[in-house]
Amino acid sequence: MRLAVVKRDTKSKSMAVLIPLISFIVSLILGAIVLLASKSSPLQAYSAMLKGAFGNARRFQYTIVEAIPLLMCGLGVGIAFRLKFWNIGAEGQYVWGAIGITWVMQFWKFLPTFMLLPIGLVVGMLLGAAWAGIPGFLKAQWSVDETLTTLMLNYVAIGFAEYLYINAWKAPYGNMGTPEFPEEAWLTQVWGKVHSGLFIALALVVILWFLLYKTRWGFELNMIGKNPRAARYQGVSIKTNIVLAMLISGAICGLAGSMNTAAIAHRLTKGVDSGYGFTGIIIAWMAGLHPFASILVAIVIAALKTGAESLQIAMKLPESMGEVLQGLVLLPLLAGTIFIEHRLKIIKQEAQ
Amino acid sequence: MMDFITKLLAVTIAMGTSLTYATLGEIYTEKTGVLNLGMEGTMLMGALTAFATALATGNLYVGLLVAMLTGGLLSLIHAFLCVTMRANQVVSGLAITMFGTGLANFLGQRLGPASNHYNLVGMNLSSRFENIAIPVLKEIPILGAFFDVSLLTYALYLLIPFSWFFMYKTKFGLAIRAVGESPRTASAMGISVPRLRYLYTTIGGMFAGLGGACLSLSFTPSWNDGMTGGKGWIVIALVIFATWNPGKAVIGTLVFGGITSLQFSLQAAGVKMVIPTQFLAFSPYLITFLTLSIMTILNQNRKGAYAAPAALGTSFAIDDK
Repeated sequence: MRLAVVKRDTKSKSMAVLIPLISFIVSLILGAIVLLASKSSPLQAYSAMLKGAFGNARRFQYTIVEAIPLLMCGLGVGIAFRLKFWNIGAEGQYVWGAIGITWVMQFWKFLPTFMLLPIGLVVGMLLGAAWAGIPGFLKAQWSVDETLTTLMLNYVAIGFAEYLYINAWKAPYGNMGTPEFPEEAWLTQVWGKVHSGLFIALALVVILWFLLYKTRWGFELNMIGKNPRAARYQGVSIKTNIVLAMLISGAICGLAGSMNTAAIAHRLTKGVDSGYGFTGIIIAWMAGLHPFASILVAIVIAALKTGAESLQIAMKLPESMGEVLQGLVLLPLLAGTIFIEHRLKIIKQEAQ
Repeated sequence: MMDFITKLLAVTIAMGTSLTYATLGEIYTEKTGVLNLGMEGTMLMGALTAFATALATGNLYVGLLVAMLTGGLLSLIHAFLCVTMRANQVVSGLAITMFGTGLANFLGQRLGPASNHYNLVGMNLSSRFENIAIPVLKEIPILGAFFDVSLLTYALYLLIPFSWFFMYKTKFGLAIRAVGESPRTASAMGISVPRLRYLYTTIGGMFAGLGGACLSLSFTPSWNDGMTGGKGWIVIALVIFATWNPGKAVIGTLVFGGITSLQFSLQAAGVKMVIPTQFLAFSPYLITFLTLSIMTILNQNRKGAYAAPAALGTSFAIDDK
């Protein structure tokens, strides 16, 4: 007798709900073990984290602010993932967005001030799109491995941004960072720390949901990802769609970068490569590439980060506990997803 | 000038040792078709456990051993997720890096002695892997730097040719390459794809742990939060640069290690540079990107020669259609 994993005929709907729930509980238990091992009460720690993430309006706002760029990067890479194009270059595309808006704010002085923000956002989007378009084109034209190219380009973008805020574009004062954007060109705050980028992000969710689930193009993207041969027979151009999906993907990640820069730091400086792009990959995957599910996932992941910060204050636990917990949330889920499309089967007798 | 070059080479070798171990490990892993983006986290855990163990036991070799076990264990999780559970290799690797860096930084503030508030930062080892000079050979101009290195580096002089021989001249290497290029064919030949992927992913992780240990026991014998500083990502680049050939792993390491140490020594010497230091810092990634793209474009009709293992990043199950 042995256990075998057999493919299901259709995706299991109940498993799609159960697996994340079960793996989240497993994560909590694993986290509790780590906490116990470091002589801290798990219950106390979890409640401190919950308070830190949602406890009062200020903390909740902070969690939302963290969730916005995560959500956008998740949406961005999610489009490319539909084609099985592994864009892990969101980080670099995000950084180019930040560079783009800084360029406009600092050097496009001929523009009236009220035009700086919208044009800056657009330029950030375009630069993000261009940066993503390079590996997209290389993949479409010559099947250059996209996982590796997008990963490498991240560090080029981060290094170039560093050059800008330490050397070329550095403000005359301080030792790093560009001059601050004019205050009229900041992204306005709508509720405490929460800025109007929230509406852009939510609008994107709806737009993408519509594009991906309600239009012929969305259907084609899905088909390329699931069955490229069938797509080709249907006359769908895989090359064009790869490039197109990457341009959109990069544009969204770039917008995330330019938006967040205009809302939080108000200048290009250290910390622009804060990992939103990398975490966005995890958001997209956890949400099963679904735009609406991404909202929830982004909030959970953001809460793990903001919660961990108060863990440090309340229980003197290192802030890196947040990363440990993020990892622990992912690992059981990664192990569990197989059961959505597969099931266990007991094979009584070994076939001879 | 001669002196400057020799010194530069010495620093490059010292820094490159850590990178080379991890690069060799990742080559073994990727050659079987498993992409492990968890290197950064694995190396950091290796650096941490090596240092904490060496500090507690006073024995560097026990530190090395524990780092290898830790690295192997973390990669075993990756293998379990990617091979048995057929999880997405990219996401799994990122999760391992997240978990590994988080846990290492966390433990760094827990495993130290009580006298230092359980913190490892600021602690010093009573010994480290010192350089051992070989008489006569070390007198050779410039190249003498290769004969005044630590035991960890000398071990590489054997390990690199051995790995090349193992990969290209033995039946074990043939099996690895078969699994990475065409798991279906390998499986039909009677090779167990899952077993090999488990084995070499774990071995790859052990090498990465060793690479981390090189940092905390030899290069900068201490512990600091995130002390690998992105070396785990450079490793991914180095594997490409070496075109997945263990024999070439050292070339990339020397070139990229050289660029980094040049950057530091020029900065230290206060030389005003034509090229900004940040350009030097990201040039390894740009060179890797260009190498990979150009190699792939030039070899459109001659698949396999310089390309990634064909099955890299994909899961394999016999029942898949």
